[in-house]
Amino acid sequence: MLTITNLTATVGDKQILNGTSLTVRAGEVHAIMGPNGSGKSTLAQVIAGHPGYEVTGGSISYEGQDLLEMEPEERAHAGVFLAFQYPIEIPGVSNAYFLRTAYNEVRKSRGEPEVDPMDFLDVMAEKLKVVEMDEAMLQRSVNTGFSGGEKKRNEILQMAVLEPKLAILDETDSGLDIDALRIVADGVNKLRRPDRAAIVVTHYQRLLNYIVPDFVHVLAGGRIVKSGGKELALELEAKGYDWLVGEPATGAVTA
Amino acid sequence: MSSAIDALVAREYQYGFTTDIESDTIPPGLSEDTVRLISAKKEEPAFLLEWRLKAFRRWQQMTEPHWPNVSYTPIDYQATSYYSSPRTKKPLGSLDELDPKIKETYDKLGIPLHEQKLLAGVAVDAVFDSVSVGTTYKEELKKHGVIFCSFGEAVREHPELIERYLGSVVPYSDNFFAALNSAVFSDGSFVYIPKGVRCPMELSTYFRINAADTGQFERTLIVADEGAYVSYLEGCTAPKRSTNQLHAAVVEIVALDRATVKYSTVQNWYAGDEEGRGGIYNFVTKRGKAMTDAKISWTQVETGSAITWKYPSVILQGDNATGEFYSVAVVNNRQQADTGTKMIHIGRNTKSNIVSKGISAGKGQNSYRGQVKVLPKAEGARNYTQCDSMLIGNACGAHTFPYIEAQNNTAIIEHEASTSKIGEDQIFYLKQRGLSAEHAVSMIVSGFCREVFKELPMEFALEAQQLLGISLEGSVG
Repeated sequence: MLTITNLTATVGDKQILNGTSLTVRAGEVHAIMGPNGSGKSTLAQVIAGHPGYEVTGGSISYEGQDLLEMEPEERAHAGVFLAFQYPIEIPGVSNAYFLRTAYNEVRKSRGEPEVDPMDFLDVMAEKLKVVEMDEAMLQRSVNTGFSGGEKKRNEILQMAVLEPKLAILDETDSGLDIDALRIVADGVNKLRRPDRAAIVVTHYQRLLNYIVPDFVHVLAGGRIVKSGGKELALELEAKGYDWLVGEPATGAVTA
Repeated sequence: MSSAIDALVAREYQYGFTTDIESDTIPPGLSEDTVRLISAKKEEPAFLLEWRLKAFRRWQQMTEPHWPNVSYTPIDYQATSYYSSPRTKKPLGSLDELDPKIKETYDKLGIPLHEQKLLAGVAVDAVFDSVSVGTTYKEELKKHGVIFCSFGEAVREHPELIERYLGSVVPYSDNFFAALNSAVFSDGSFVYIPKGVRCPMELSTYFRINAADTGQFERTLIVADEGAYVSYLEGCTAPKRSTNQLHAAVVEIVALDRATVKYSTVQNWYAGDEEGRGGIYNFVTKRGKAMTDAKISWTQVETGSAITWKYPSVILQGDNATGEFYSVAVVNNRQQADTGTKMIHIGRNTKSNIVSKGISAGKGQNSYRGQVKVLPKAEGARNYTQCDSMLIGNACGAHTFPYIEAQNNTAIIEHEASTSKIGEDQIFYLKQRGLSAEHAVSMIVSGFCREVFKELPMEFALEAQQLLGISLEGSVG
């Protein structure tokens, strides 16, 4: 589904990604872990197409298409979804209108008819249950004045509505209490299907107790320095990242 | 992000066409003779000619004000023609006799003048250059005692009302442009709602400047008698021309005891090109007087004109009177706007509410200028002002000039202001959810303007939506 090859990217003068390679097949959940500043969020943003990052080399292929040639909204239409680490506030725009617009934009791109506000309420009633959110949430301005936990749940609500093929969760667990964490994880697990995939970017192993990954990767210095199964997350929890950070690249022999 | 903003900013002015029609345009120049000529063409009674001449003499002693935060090359008042009307052979018996070219013009503008096709529940007075070319739904309104006609017709049919109320809110000596208007005003709309009548439909005037090198000086007078209610809409467009044209209008509103007048404007005069060539100078005086328990509410969406200079105001004369001002002003390219309101609290327990949203893009300069004045007898006066600016890009400006003066220590006056910038992150967030960049900007701007848009009557809200390319969430349906 997604093949990232030797990706390099900069923000301003600073090189953040330094030859990242990653392959994600349909049905898989990949966790990306790593210390602060290792490039985890940058990788998530670059896949989504944030204009603040410049891709200087490498490639990303998504379902046979050159993802880097696509506008962010085209990526969204193709089923790429990013749950933001810091969801953005849009004052004066109601959550319901925002969600319906996004939903219809994706439908339109697939040649499906738009859904009117009444029918959309029916769609929402079901999705709200997934994230245990109240309908009152729909009338509030997008993320405006939301608590940290509400913002994260709102991201998962959007994901539940848009049903992406490839969901990228950028530190969605940070700042969540245990109940909110469970809700977020449930939301992700409900979306798991053989034709969908997810990339879960996280600092902590904790989230992976709830969203069990097929693969765990450690990103350090802008490249993946170690990959393994779900047990790698536990090892990281126990040993930290220091033992990996010094390594120049996966498989390289240290002196 | 810049491409999204560029697209929004660079959209073509859709109403810039001209109508090729024979006009009766008087030669440029302004003198007492011009004033007499206009009055004679309109076959006006002596009181009105006298009033015009007093205004003209006063105007000659006045100097053009330069305190607004705008700059432009001086206006040559002798180079403008002060009267232009489409040439007709005889007075029109009905709208069906209207010149098809003019009809076509309004069709193109989306303002249907054929009653069978009309927007449900909106009566329209169409002003083309200096004259009103037609008013719809007149008979229907007459049944309720509502008078809605061109100013010229009102002078002929209801001179007593004109003599009584003309200049009662904006005297001819009020300011330079109001004095000029008083001397040379050509047409406009007149509305009278009798005691206790709730006007059964929205009233609307659509102003169109067509002729080149003419000024448009219309005069609108709305009188809501005791306990009456009316909602009035005003729209404006003009062809694209490389020279500047002056539009110096006056709107007066009289809201007698317990009356409510809601006045909404979508102003879309031609704004000039990217380099600032051409466009309308929109120098307008709008003011209402609210008597006991009366309410006047101004809502404006200002997107056009090279320069906008206007302060729809309310004199809160009677006890418990309410004044409201809701404004969205958008400047782009080299447009300049200096707009706001004045709320003058005279009566006791008078209330005023001001919500101003300024959006600046391109090299536009947007100023909010507002005065809140509480006079000594205005016991318990209350004002709330909210003034928000949004910047799009790095070359524009937003300025705020509040003037607050309280002479009664029971007054409560609040002023809140904010400035924000459309962020790359906001646009990216919406794009990531599948919206195009242009749609994203529209959504952000519409959210910013929501409090004002929800005040607009639905027909106008739709027009404002088209105008700004904005999805109007929350305010319609």
